[in-house]
Parts: sequence; C-alpha cells; structure tokens
Amino acid sequence: MSGRETGLAAPAAESAAAPAPPPRGDRLVSRVARVRELGIVVALVLLFAVTGAVNPGFLSPDSLRDILLNSSIVAVLAIGQTLVVITRNVDLSVSSVVGLSAFGGALVLADHPGVPAPLVIAGCVLLGALCGAVNGLLVGVAAVPALVATLGTLYAFRGVDYAWAGGRQVNAADMPEGFLALGSASVLGLPLLALVALAVLLAVGWALRNLPPGRELYAIGSNPEAAVLAGIRVRRRVVAAFVASGALAGLAGAMWAARFGTVDATVATGKELDVIAAVVVGGVAIFGGSGTVYGAVLGAVLLASISSALAVLRVDALAQTAINGALIITAIVLDRVLALRVAAALRRRRYRDAA
Amino acid sequence: MPDRPPVPPVLALHRVSKSFGAVRALHEVSLELFAGEAHALAGENGAGKSTLVKILSGLHRPDAGRILLDGEPAEFHGPADAQRAGVAVIYQEPTLFPDLSVTENIFMGRQPRARFGRIDRPAARRRAAALFAGLGVQLDPDQPARGLSIADQQLVEIAKALSRDARVLIMDEPTAALSGNEVARLFGVVEALRARGCAVLFVSHRLEEIFELCRRVTTLRDGAFVSGDLIADMTPDDLVRRMVGREPEALFPKLDTVPGQVALAVRRLTREGVFTDVSFEVRAGEVVALAGLVGAGRSEVARAVFGVDRPDAGRVEVGGRRLRPASPSAAMAAGLALVPEDRRQQGLIMDLSIERNIALAGLPAVRRGPLISRAAERARAHDWAVRLRLKFARLADPVGVLSGGNQQKVVLAKWLARKPSVLIVDEPTRGIDVGTKAEVHRLLSELAAGGVAVLMISSELPEVLGMADRVLVMHEGRLVADIPRAEATEESVMAAATGRGAA
Repeated sequence: MSGRETGLAAPAAESAAAPAPPPRGDRLVSRVARVRELGIVVALVLLFAVTGAVNPGFLSPDSLRDILLNSSIVAVLAIGQTLVVITRNVDLSVSSVVGLSAFGGALVLADHPGVPAPLVIAGCVLLGALCGAVNGLLVGVAAVPALVATLGTLYAFRGVDYAWAGGRQVNAADMPEGFLALGSASVLGLPLLALVALAVLLAVGWALRNLPPGRELYAIGSNPEAAVLAGIRVRRRVVAAFVASGALAGLAGAMWAARFGTVDATVATGKELDVIAAVVVGGVAIFGGSGTVYGAVLGAVLLASISSALAVLRVDALAQTAINGALIITAIVLDRVLALRVAAALRRRRYRDAA
Repeated sequence: MPDRPPVPPVLALHRVSKSFGAVRALHEVSLELFAGEAHALAGENGAGKSTLVKILSGLHRPDAGRILLDGEPAEFHGPADAQRAGVAVIYQEPTLFPDLSVTENIFMGRQPRARFGRIDRPAARRRAAALFAGLGVQLDPDQPARGLSIADQQLVEIAKALSRDARVLIMDEPTAALSGNEVARLFGVVEALRARGCAVLFVSHRLEEIFELCRRVTTLRDGAFVSGDLIADMTPDDLVRRMVGREPEALFPKLDTVPGQVALAVRRLTREGVFTDVSFEVRAGEVVALAGLVGAGRSEVARAVFGVDRPDAGRVEVGGRRLRPASPSAAMAAGLALVPEDRRQQGLIMDLSIERNIALAGLPAVRRGPLISRAAERARAHDWAVRLRLKFARLADPVGVLSGGNQQKVVLAKWLARKPSVLIVDEPTRGIDVGTKAEVHRLLSELAAGGVAVLMISSELPEVLGMADRVLVMHEGRLVADIPRAEATEESVMAAATGRGAA
C-alpha cells in the first residue's frame, strides 16, 4: 500500500491547486439518518406521555412489561425481515414459519417430555432455517421474485403445518412447566423473551455494521448490478439472508410456544404484515440498501405500544386497525418526503459546487 | 524499444467469440495486453468493445476462444475471478452503491479487517484519504456516494481500481463525463500506473486521447477484429477509416435547407441543480444539435421541454404558443415528439408487436368508436415501416427480435406517424450499425427539408458536425455556446463542452 501512495505523490503535488468540493452532504445525510430512528423514539415518548397523562395505569410496571412481551416476538421477526429487506427482497412467509416451528416445538415437548428445552429450541431454529433455505434457493438461485416466492411458501408452509397438526391443539397443560416458565420468566425485572430479542438485536446490529457480509447485504440492495461487478457473491448472501430470517422466525416460534402455551396450526397467521409494518415504520427502505435493525425493533415496539395505548384509551378495536394503517402510511410518506428533501439538497449542493 | 516484448502478455484473448441470442457480438477477436503498455480499443458504438471489456472483467464468458493470463489459459467464472487475477475495470457508467459511503464503495468486497473479522473502519478511511490525496482531489471519504457528480463518481471508481493490486487496468470510456482538467489528472495517474508495469486497456471515442496515451491500438468493427497497429505508424484518419470501414465524408447526407419560422422556443428554462437558464430557438427546417459531455444536462433539457420533468422556471413555446409545463400530452398535442435516448426502457415496449408499438403514440387515430381497429393499426404501421425501410419478418413480431437499428426505426415511425412539427431525438444512432446510421441521418435530413424542426442530442462529434445547421453546446447544466455550421469544428465544440471555450 505504502509503495502506491508514494508512487502517486507526484501528481498530487502538481494538482494541489485543484478545486476542493466541501463535504457538506455527509453531515446532512447522517443527520437525517439519525433523525429517522430519533423520530420513532420521539413518537414513543409522546405516545407514553399522552397516554400516561390520560391513564397513569399505562405507565405501571405491569403494563410496560406487557408491551415489551408483546413486542419481543415481532421484534425478533423484524430483525430477520430487515436482513432480507436490505437486500431488496421481502420474506412474507415468516408467519407460517413461526406457526410451523411453534407447533413442531410444542408437539415434541408434549409427546416427549424428556427432551431438554434447549434442544427443542435449537430444533425450532433449525426448522426455521430450513424453511428459510427453501425461500433463499427460490429467490437467490431460481431467481423467482421474492414477493411471489415467499407468498407461495407462506401458503405452502402453513399447509404443511395444517397437515401435520391434523386439527390437533397442544395445550399449556400438556407442556413441561420448565419450558412454559421461560415465557414468563424475568431477569433483573425484564421479561426473558424481551432480553432474548435484545440479545438478537445487539448481535445482528453489530454484525450488520461491522462484518463484511453485513455491509455486502447493503451493497446488494443499494445497487445489485454493481454488487456483481464488485465480486460480491450475491446469490450466496441473499440465500444467507433468507436462512437467517427463517432461523429467527423459528426462534420466534419457540418464543411463541413458551409465551402462550396453547398452540395449534393457526399460530401467528397474518403476523407477516405486522412484521413488515414494523420494518417500514422503523425506517428500513423497502427498496433495499438502507435502514438498521435498531430502527426495525423500535418500529415493532412503537406498533405494540400503539395497540396497547389504543386499548387503554378505550378506542374501538376495529378503529385500531385503521389507525395502525394510517400510521404506516404516515411513516412511509414522511420517509419519502425526507428522501426527496435530501435528494433536492444534494442536487443543489452539487450545483453550487459546479458553479 | 522492440516491437514486441519478449515476455508473454499479462492478459490476452485468443480468437474469442460471443453471441447473445441471434446477435453476434464478437467473432474470433484476439487481443494482447503487455505489462507497462497502454493499449487502445477503438471501434464505433456496437462494434463489440463493451462485450470485450465484459469478457475481460469476468462478467461474460466467451462462447469460444481462450483467455490467457501470463500466457497460461485461464477461466473467469465471475468478476471475483478476474479481480483475483489483478484485473481492475473502470466502467463507462459508474457502478457505485448510492447508500454507502465513499470509503465503503472503494473497499466493498475486500475491506481491511481488524480483530474478530471486524471491518477496520479507521484503516479503510485512512487508505481512502491517502488514495484521494494521491489523486490530488479532496473528496470526503465519509460522504455517501449518492449525490456525487458524475466526475466525482468516476474518481471514486478510479480510487477503487487503484486500491486493488491491479496488473491490468481496463477503462471503458472513462473520460466521457470528465472535464479537461480531470482528464489530464486521470492521464497522469494512468501514466504513473503504466510506468510501474501495469497493463492498460483504454476504450475511448476521442481519437486525440488514444494518440496521446496509447502505444498500440486494436480496432473492432461489427464484432470482428479489423486490425492491430502501433499508434506511431498511423494517423487519426487511418484509425477512423478502420473504425468506420469507409471514407468518413460519405456518412452524413445533409440536405441544405432554408430555415423558416421559429417552431420551438425555449426561454430561460431552469430545473434546479440540473440545468440553468437555458434559452434557444429551433426553426422549421433546421437541424439543431445539442452537444456536450455526458451529464451536462442535455437529455434533462429535452425531458423538461417535452414535459416529462417539471421545470422550476422558464417556459417553452411551440409555434409561438406557450406550452403547459410538465404535460407530455400537451406537448404532443402541440406537435412535439421525443425519441428518447434509451429505446429499450423508454422508447419501446419490447414484448409488444411492431405494429402495436408504432400505433402506441397515435391511438386516437386508429380508433373506431371505443375500440382500437387492428386494421387501421396495421395500415399505419405498414405505411411507416415501408417508408423507413424497416427490415422485419412480420409486423406482428415483437420489437425485441429486431436489431438495434431497426428498433430505432420503429421508435421513429411511432413518432413520425403523428406528423410532428418539432422532433427531438436523443442519441438517435447510439448502438446501431453503420448502414442504418446513415439511413437515420438521411431521414432526419429529409424531415428537416420537409419543414420539421429537429433538435438532435448527440455525443458523437462527427454526427453533430455532419448533421447540424447549428450546434448548441451545454456544459455543467448551462448552454455555453451556439455555433453555426460554418464555424463548428471538433475543437470549437469540445472546447465549449469541456468549459474551455469563451462562454
């Protein structure tokens, strides 16, 4: 490296008088990037302040604990979904994977009480990873558009689940106490499930930022053709993203079984849309290339908090769905407006530099 | 210096062929790149230069023939293999990740590592800063790639190539978007690399650059090898003859016309950050060329005139009447037609039949009541297909099966069937064969003779100089020169386009 630098020193000296474009865009953009996640935090604080003012019960430890528990499963799913969305894909099948894994795990626990819980959880993760591999191969290798491929597996995995269950329901009473305790256990006053989600968040967040494969996921979503030219193994990375999303969905299935105890083939039906909503509200660009898992998890917490707040405020349950929808649209519109503003600012900046 | 170095070439192609479907892109082409030597690849658009570059970069695999690395047969299964072999490519279009920082763009795929396999950001940043210092530019390594000017993006590409341990540097028209200063700086860097023993393959349309930088030149025409020469043994005219395969003069049958009324008037048109204060007129019967470097804002002006993009200020008048801004349908109603630059994406619907594509811009004319008359559609298409000498099997075939030149004729037919009074054509002959090119030029010339006002955007100087009654030149979003035919030369147009001319 040093040889090259000295080798190029001569042209550097010659053109030292070259015009220097001042770096202004970076500050602007990083500010906006920060604002994206900060905006969700502000929204959360506002929500808690207003709802707490109307009904102080909302801020009680029990209520907060409930919100954390409610959001932790979706948060884990949102982390996996973010990995996929960053690569300009989407995984609609996560809810069916959760259902399959939750039922499979519960069935093993109920019929073979001797199997240790960690082994069952590992099995759930593995099952999820297998489902993810199916998605990954369809999208990454067979080049089926992710929307279509995972829509197909959304039905297919659920169908397997139905066929496997054959109408059977596993009840909490059939499951070992030790496993169910995981769902309600607390460590240092925080629910264990929320801590699991937090651990996943920190691990994935670190890897996405600091490991080369993590950055390559962003590169793939940002400009797929350029990713190929840069020598990135695009297929392998995309398959890996789907496998990770599937594995996390498998983990979420185990969390579901531990939390609710009663499991049948319909578990988590429709959850995929909550997950995508959380990701989008959390500022992950749906066309790939940008966004963080922190934002996605904050999105999941915000959506869960809103549901709780609307219940506390005695808003009609039917209206809640509409409000959730309005919120998602608001988030996307805000995101788009911000993006346009940034683009316009960058355009002007380039123009000033050129002038 | 001996004519041929005694060592085997670093990288060579031996009788390489490549076809895409029925289209033969390369046929038995050989090329040898030697260490410490700059080699030019010349040829017209569509001659197969880009395909050759993509084979060397591992993006395409040849159907036949061999790639030789240090004299040994090698296979590139993908860009990663070529990179490992020390081949670095700077593409014509920058291939950056807009969401990532400049530093990340440079080191993507081979970031410096710290402990736990973690990316060593400070080290990457330092190396990026050192690369830019070496290039003599002040780019912030932390800046996102989105929003960089084309020239800056090209600099990032160059830094990327430098950061690899490149034994072979391939540059596919790297100077198309650069100004004079920037080209000089790039050449300085290339010269330094070459002196250090790097083999350089340089693809350019600009003959003077080839003659300045290179020692050897390989010429391609229609996918076939024409000749390999030492630059010292030839003149620019020789090179043009090899590229074109005939005398350059025969190319542009421009008919003389007498300009009539002002057909299109653009007054102080501005789109913030894209182009500023652009004013010009095009008279009936006139062919006006809009020249400039890639990224100067020419296509953007055309888009704003036609109403695709909304201008921030200024106005457009057609036949003396002000045009409603940002409304292509209003522009069409006023008699404007726009043949866009990218015919596959914007000019045609590739899966649709020839006749349907031709009728598309004039559906009201082929309507019978609420229905579209297939007979009228076919008659309209057949009429224009014959007039433009379109080569086709059946009008019901999808346009995708036609050659590039014939596709362009379909786009032209679509708009000419509307009998426009103002025709804007953006790069009308890009990527089409020489024969069809001459036909397109004759057609534009005849249209002008028939009273149509033609505004032609073109990056090819011979085309501009051969066709235009007047040459408007844009530089960095501004109209900087209006040169009458008599005074338009390669030098005067390029000087204005690179910002060296008197504005």
